[in-house]
Amino acid sequence: MILNRRLFIGTTLAAGAALSAPMVLGQAKPRVVVIGGGAGGATVARYLAKDSAGALDVTLVEANPIYTTCFFSNLYLGGFVEFESLQHGYDKMAGGGVTLINDMATGVDRAAKTVTLAGGQVLPYDRLVLSPGIDFKEGSVPGWSAETHAEIMPHAYKAGPQTQLLKAMVESMPEGGTFAMVAPPNPYRCPPGPYERISMIAHVLKQKNPTSKILILDPKDKYSKQALFEEGWGRHYDGMVEWIGPDFGGNAVEVRPDTMEVVIDGEVQKVDCCNVIPGQMAGKIAQIAGVTDDSGWAPVHPDSMKSKADENVFVLGDSSAQGDMPKSGFAANSQAKVASMTIRAELTGSRAFPAKYTNTCWSLIAPEDGVKVGASYEPTPEKIASVDSFISETGEDAALRKATYEESLGWYAGITADMFG
Amino acid sequence: MRPLPLLVFGLAIATASALAAEEIGDAAQGEAHFKRQCSACHQIGEGAVNRVGPRLNGVFGRRAGALEDYKYSKPMARMGSDGLTWTLETLDAYIENPKVLVSGTRMSYRGLDDPNARADLLAYMREWSDKPRDIPEAEPTALGTDHMVDPTILAIKGDPAYGEYLSSECTTCHQVDGSDQGIPAVTGWPAEDFVVAMHAYREKLRPHPVMQMMAGRLSDDEIAALAAYFETLD
Repeated sequence: MILNRRLFIGTTLAAGAALSAPMVLGQAKPRVVVIGGGAGGATVARYLAKDSAGALDVTLVEANPIYTTCFFSNLYLGGFVEFESLQHGYDKMAGGGVTLINDMATGVDRAAKTVTLAGGQVLPYDRLVLSPGIDFKEGSVPGWSAETHAEIMPHAYKAGPQTQLLKAMVESMPEGGTFAMVAPPNPYRCPPGPYERISMIAHVLKQKNPTSKILILDPKDKYSKQALFEEGWGRHYDGMVEWIGPDFGGNAVEVRPDTMEVVIDGEVQKVDCCNVIPGQMAGKIAQIAGVTDDSGWAPVHPDSMKSKADENVFVLGDSSAQGDMPKSGFAANSQAKVASMTIRAELTGSRAFPAKYTNTCWSLIAPEDGVKVGASYEPTPEKIASVDSFISETGEDAALRKATYEESLGWYAGITADMFG
Repeated sequence: MRPLPLLVFGLAIATASALAAEEIGDAAQGEAHFKRQCSACHQIGEGAVNRVGPRLNGVFGRRAGALEDYKYSKPMARMGSDGLTWTLETLDAYIENPKVLVSGTRMSYRGLDDPNARADLLAYMREWSDKPRDIPEAEPTALGTDHMVDPTILAIKGDPAYGEYLSSECTTCHQVDGSDQGIPAVTGWPAEDFVVAMHAYREKLRPHPVMQMMAGRLSDDEIAALAAYFETLD
C-alpha cells in the first residue's frame, strides 16, 4: 500500500479499516440498522445488502409502507406525472436481503447501541445509519405551525397527502385569485425546488385561471437558477409571477391562516392559496439521537458520512451538515454509496476507495422547457467541497431544453431503480 | 499547520495538487492580507459598500464590471462585455498583476507576487461569495484531485472492485437494466467504444456538460475499469 499524506489526512478511517481484520462475532453477522427509507436510507440499505453478498444483517426502519418521492412531486403539481408514479414500495428491497420494518424509530441509545421503535421493538446495531430527512423549525414563519396549519396553508415539503392537498387547493382557487408562497431561508431541501413549484403552478393557473396572480415572498436575496427561472417566467407566464425579496419585505412575513392573509412588512395581502415552506432542520430522530449541533443539522466526516458525534453512526442526506452539497435526493443517494463502502470496509474488510460525490438538479419550467444544475464534490479535511459545476444557460434553444427535460425522466427512472431495486 | 501548498496559479488553468482535494488556502491569513493590501480601497464582508473600488462580496462567478451601482473604468467595463468572469484563476492572475488582465485598470496596485499569499487571500474572499450548498452553480471552493497523477488513484489500477464502486456514480442516471429513456444505456457496450466515448467527453469534443464533468474526473485507468465493468452487464 502506498503511504502518502492523503491516506493520513483524508482516508485514515477507510485505510485503517482495510488494514484491520473484519469484526469477529462468532455466529452473528454484523448488524446495520438504517432509519429512514428515502433517497439516502433506501440506497444505503440496498447497497449494503447487495454488495456484502449476505455478510451483513441489514434492517431498514421506515414508517411509511409506500414511499412518495419529494423529487418530481412538483411535476405532479403541474400535471406532468401521475401521483402513483411518485410512489414506490419496498418489496424488491426485502427480496434483496434487507429486513424491512414498517415502524417509526422513537429512540436511539448510542451507548448501548440500540434503536427503539414506536411498537416497542428494540434493535441492536453495530452500525447505525440515520437518513430521516427534514423537520420544520417551529416559529420559522410567524403565525404558522406545522401541527395546526398544514391543512390550511400546506407545506407540501414532505411528499404525500400534502402534495395532493396543495394541488387540489391550487385548482380550486377562485378566478383571478392570488397564490402566495412563503419561500424558505437557507439551508433547505432542494434549492431550486420552490421555484420549480412556482413554474408548475403557473403552468396550471395559466390554463385554468389565467387572471390569477402568484406571489413569492422570499427571505433570500438570491436563489439557484434564478436567471433561468426569471427568463422562463417572462417567456411562458408573462406578468403572472411576482418575486418579493428581502429588500421589499420578503424577510418580514407573517401569515394568518384563519383569515387567509399574509402580512408583508406590515402590509396585509389577502390570499386564496398559500404554500408555506418554513425553515428546516434535521429529522427528529437525528436530534433525539444527539448527533446534531446548534445549527440543527448533523456534522459528518467528509470522507465517509460518519457522524462526528459517534464513530458507529452515519448520517445521510438532508439531515446532515454536508458541506458544499445541496440537500437533494441525488446528493443523498450519492452519499449513501460512500457510507455503504465505508461500513462494509469496517465490518467485512472490503476495499474502501477515495470518496467522490455528485449532484444534479433538474427543474421543469414549462412543457419541454427543462434546465439543470450540478456539481462534483470531493472531501477536504474540513468539508465536502465543490470542485466543478455546470448549469444550463439562458437563451438555450428549444431542442436542448427538451432534451434536458427528457434526461430528467431518465434520471428519475434510474435513481428510483437504484434506490428500490 | 497549513498544508504545503502545491498549487501554481497563473494565466494557465490552475492544476490541482496531486494529493487530494485541496482547500484554496488559509482564509485567516487571507483576511490579514486583505486588511493590509486591499482594504484601503475595497470592502468585503458584512455591510460592505463601494468605496474607491467596488465591494467584493459575491465577486466569485461575477462578470467583470457587473455591479450596477459602481462606475468602472472603461477598460474594465470592456473586459466585462468581452466576457471576463471572476473565478479563482482570473482573480489570481489579476491580483498578481492587474495589468495582465485589464490594461488601463484604475486599480493602482502593484500586485501580490507570493502565490501562497494570493491563495490565502482568495480563500478569504471566497467566503463572501455564494455558497454552493445554497446555490449549487456557485464557483468551486476547493481544488479537485487531479486523477491523472494522484498516487492514491494510480495505485488502484485495474481493480475490479474499484470499477464497480465508480460505476455506482453512473447508475443514478444510467440504468443497469439497459433502458434508454432520456439517458442512453451504458450496458453491453464493447469496451473500446465506451473508452473512446468517455475520452471524447473528457477532451470536451463531445458536448454535454454533465458527461464532460463526470469524465473530467476520471483517469485513463478508471475509464478502462468502468468499460470493463459495463461490458459485462447486458
